[in-house]
Formats: sequence, C-alpha cells, structure tokens
Amino acid sequence: MLFSDLVVIGGGPAGMSAALAAAGHGIKVTLLERMESLGGQLVKQTHRFFGSESEYAGTRGIRIADILREKVESNRLIDCRRGSTALGIYEDGVVTFEEGTQYKKVNMDRLVVATGASEKMLVFEGNDLPGVYGAGAVQTLMNLYGVLPGRKVLMVGAGNIGLIVTYQLLQAGVRVAAIVDAADHIGGYLVHASKVRRCGVPVLLGTTIRAALGTTEVEGAVIQKLDSHFHPIPGTEQRLDVDTVCLSVGLSPLTELLRLAGCKMRYIPALGGFVPVHNSYMQTSRSDIFVAGDASCVEEASSAMMEGAIAGLSAAISLHVPSAGILEQRERRIRELAALRAGDVGAKIRNGLAVMAD
Amino acid sequence: MFTQDGIVTKEMFESSLPSPQRRRKGPYAVMECYQKIPCNPCRTSCKFGALQATDDLNALPVRDAEKCTGCGACVSACPGLACFIIDETYSEWEAAIRIPYEMLPLPKEGEKVDGLNRAGVPVAEVRVLKVQAGKILDKTNVVTIAVPKKYLYDIRNIAVRRKEHG
Ligand SMILES: Cc1cc2nc3c(=O)[nH]c(=O)nc-3n(C[C@H](O)[C@H](O)[C@H](O)COP(=O)(O)OP(=O)(O)OC[C@H]3O[C@@H](n4cnc5c(N)ncnc54)[C@H](O)[C@@H]3O)c2cc1C
Ligand code: SF4
Ligand code: SF4
Repeated sequence: MLFSDLVVIGGGPAGMSAALAAAGHGIKVTLLERMESLGGQLVKQTHRFFGSESEYAGTRGIRIADILREKVESNRLIDCRRGSTALGIYEDGVVTFEEGTQYKKVNMDRLVVATGASEKMLVFEGNDLPGVYGAGAVQTLMNLYGVLPGRKVLMVGAGNIGLIVTYQLLQAGVRVAAIVDAADHIGGYLVHASKVRRCGVPVLLGTTIRAALGTTEVEGAVIQKLDSHFHPIPGTEQRLDVDTVCLSVGLSPLTELLRLAGCKMRYIPALGGFVPVHNSYMQTSRSDIFVAGDASCVEEASSAMMEGAIAGLSAAISLHVPSAGILEQRERRIRELAALRAGDVGAKIRNGLAVMAD
Repeated sequence: MFTQDGIVTKEMFESSLPSPQRRRKGPYAVMECYQKIPCNPCRTSCKFGALQATDDLNALPVRDAEKCTGCGACVSACPGLACFIIDETYSEWEAAIRIPYEMLPLPKEGEKVDGLNRAGVPVAEVRVLKVQAGKILDKTNVVTIAVPKKYLYDIRNIAVRRKEHG
C-alpha cells in the first residue's frame, strides 16, 4: 500500500494544475494518469489557445502541455505515475489502480478527480461503419500519429471542437464538404467560424446527418434539414460525396469514479450532463474529494487549469497545512475564473452553476 | 447573418475602419472580432498601447488608430486569426493587406495567387508582396498581398495554385 496526502486522478491540464498547486505548498501528491504521457486533451491541440495571456492564451495547446508536464515531472513532491488507471475509490480513503499488469492501492487523505470528459455519440443509420469517427479520434490520428482519417469529410457539429477540427483537417490537406449543425446558430466562437468559412467550408445550420452510406466503409452521407422543432423536413435529403463522417456533438463529464465514491450528482445539461455537485472551492459533497476540469463541467483548458489550481489549493487548505498566502492565492484564482466566464459565451456555464448552487 | 454564417458583414467591417485621414497615412490594424470571448493576446502583444487596456478579459478589442503603427505584432498573436493589417497607401489602385496564413505550401514573394473572399470563393488574382515565416511567429505565418482596392472588404484569404512541396 502506498500513502499520499493527496491523490490526483487524471494528468490533463486540470490534474497537473491541481498537483502543482498543492505541491507548491509542501503537499505530497500522487498523480495517476492512465495514458503513457501527461497532457490529456492538450496533446492533440495544435492551434493557439484562447483565454488570458497569463493563462497561456495565444500559445498552442501542445506547448501548454509541455510547459505543465516539465513542471510536474521536475517537482520532487509529485509522484507521477503514468500508465496508471484509477479503478475505485473507497470510503476509508483507499484508491485502487491498475499499473501495467499490477493492481495497486494508495491510501489518501484528500483526492482530486480530474478525469476529463468523453465524447457523445449520435444515432443515425450507418453510424457503426468504419469511417465514422469522433472528433477526438480524428485529432489523435492526425495530430499524434500523422495519419489522415480520409479524403473528404462531413463534420457534424459547429461548436468549437467541430470548427477547430475542421480547420486542422484543412491544414492537413483533407477536404471538408460541409459542417452541419441542428441548431439555428453557430455554437463555437465566431472567429473560428470565419476562419473555416474563408477556406470555403459551408456551415449548414438547422441540418443533421440522416445516414452514413456504404456497406463496408463510408461511401457517402445523407443530410437533411430540420424544422424549428428539430423534425426532419421531408424532401430535403441531400447526398454528399464523402468518405469520412466526423462527429463533434458534445462531451459528457467522466464521473463514474465520483459516483462510485458516493458524491452527489446532478443532471445539468448546460454543464455537460451528470456532474458532481461542488462549491466554488471545487469541493464535492464528500469533504475529502475535490473535482476539476471537464469532469466537473465541460468547458475549456483555461478554466480547467484554474479549477485544478483551486482544487489543489483547497485540498491543501483542508489538510490544515500552514502556508503563507494560500487563502489569498485561492481567492485570486476564484476571481480569475469568474472573470473568464464573465462574457457572453460564459453565460451558459454561469447559468448551469447557478442551477447547481440552488 | 454573422452568428449564422460567421461572415463579417461589410457594415461591420466599415464601422471598424479608422477615419479617412488616418487611412491615407499608412498601415493600420483591423480586428475582425465581434463576439465577446475570453481572449486577450492582441491586447498583450501590442507594444504601442493601441489596444485599450482593460480588466475585462471578455471585452471586444478596440484599436486606437492614432496609436496603431501597423506593426503587425497582433496578426500572428491572435488565436482567432482575426487581426489584419491594411495599407491603403500601397498604390493608387491597390491596398496591401497582411493576413495570417497557417496553410502549406507557403506562397513565394511575387507569386500570383487566388484572392479568396470571406466564403472562400476566388474573386481576383492577387500578388504576394511578402512572406514572413520566422520562428517567433510560431507557424502563424504572415503573408502580405496586393489587393485591388475595390476588394478591400472582400479578400481575406489566398489559395496557392501550385501543389504541395512548394
Ligand atoms: C478540438 C478541441 C479544441 C479545444 N480548444 C480549446 C481552446 O482553444 N481553448 C481552451 O481553453 N480549451 C480548448 N479545448 C478544451 C480543453 O482541451 C479541455 O477542456 C481540457 O483539456 C480539459 O482538461 P481536463 O484536465 O479536465 O481533461 P483532459 O484534458 O481530458 O484530461 C483528463 C485526463 O485524465 C485521464 N484519465 C481519465 N480517467 C482516468 C482514470 N480512471 N485513471 C487515470 N487517468 C484517467 C485521461 O487519460 C486524461 O489524460 C479544446 C478541446 C478539444 C477537444
Ligand atoms: S498593428 Fe501593431 S500597433 Fe497596431 S494594433 Fe497591432 S500590434 Fe498594435
Ligand atoms: S486576440 Fe484575436 S480573437 Fe482574441 S480578442 Fe484579440 S482579436 Fe479577438
């Protein structure tokens, strides 16, 4: 059995920030990451990030991953365990995990869960054909392994991920026939939309995918217009000549472990679905468990890093470690997070959090 | 509409142009960024104080054309690729426009390329005046093109006519 003041599950931007914040106040941390390298979603993001310059905005996602990884790996207080998948959380403070072929246990006083989110699927005919991918898989193929997913793609979903992955496909020389989205407006940032529009990609709103065609692989797709109640309008089917369908229809927080631990959950669509109820200190209904990043609410890397820092600091504070300036530091992070969400695009998250606080 | 097709309208563009006197003086930046998003690299990259400092990360960028030198630092810093530099003094009938360009192959100086409008449709042949691809630009290269003045609003992208490996 291992012992640790703080266990952090997930080595994405949220988990790494949590580990660094706590270690910064002398806390010994065990960081569990199921992949062989740290970085989470960031390692696939070749585009420049938004957010505040002080939170690495304008820097490419992959670079941000490098910066955080170097800090985590060189910190002696952080026991960084890659290739380690957390399996269970028990009432007595034991976290079990699989490391390689071994089953291990770590005893913790505090826990931060920063497991990120998983992609949503969409129901349509032929969605099981090879050639239908989630946006995450397309990014992994292209940006991690340098493999093109296809030659001509239909993108489903005009949120930020759909727009960004479309742009990355274009950069890789892949053609994108269209982006379709059931909504009546573009969900992602309009600067991203302008960027793909001026490369000639049409954005078809009030439109969905009805079918992926083909017998052994995608050989085409059928799209159809929707009325204002999201019902398909007969006679508006259109066949597109594509060999790949890429889905980017949203993410849901990965929260099985939190559920298992008995943390109170609530269904809040604005935050991505079932989310662990938590306060502004990122503390869940179990006082020894904190949450951060997409696992707490699907948002973005800048907020994930801030939430991670808040969760790490809160864990340290609750361990009663006297450390100068720690409360002020946490207040500052909380203020920064509120500033990030203060604009138009933050309204959805603000509303979701207000529902949670009810 | 902008929120439906992501295309900045002519009215929006014209409302962000500097005064006619300033336009006759030389290069200036335009920020084609009209939605409040949490973002500020344009502001922090400007060394001339041309972009109003504010505590509100979500504030729209407002460029003070009197302070803007048209240096172009904001062009490669902007993650939205929404900053452009326009120089209407380039010639009598052409303006020089500096655009962020993250595609390959890169055009060559002097090469003729298709000038694409905001929907990606070629509208005129344009000449490449300059290509900046230094390390500090971190792969957001900056291409300067000579654009017939009547397309000042329209042209925001280029298509290189050669195939890859240029
Ligand atoms: C295409 C795309 C573009 C984006 N663009 C931007 C942008 O411009 N700006 C921005 O701010 N954000 C952007 N984001 C969002 C950002 O990447 C995510 O919000 C952010 O990565 C969330 O961080 P996280 O640490 O919560 O989760 P993740 O990055 O998903 O990390 C979670 C980690 O936990 C690990 N894990 C999960 N379960 C376990 C387990 N049981 N045991 C051990 N480890 C586990 C995973 O392997 C992963 O490494 C984008 C996302 C995508 C997909
Ligand atoms: S062009 Fe230069 S001076 Fe003008 S706004 Fe951009 S960075 Fe500032
Ligand atoms: S950096 Fe670009 S996207 Fe960000 S606020 Fe400035 S102009 Fe808009």
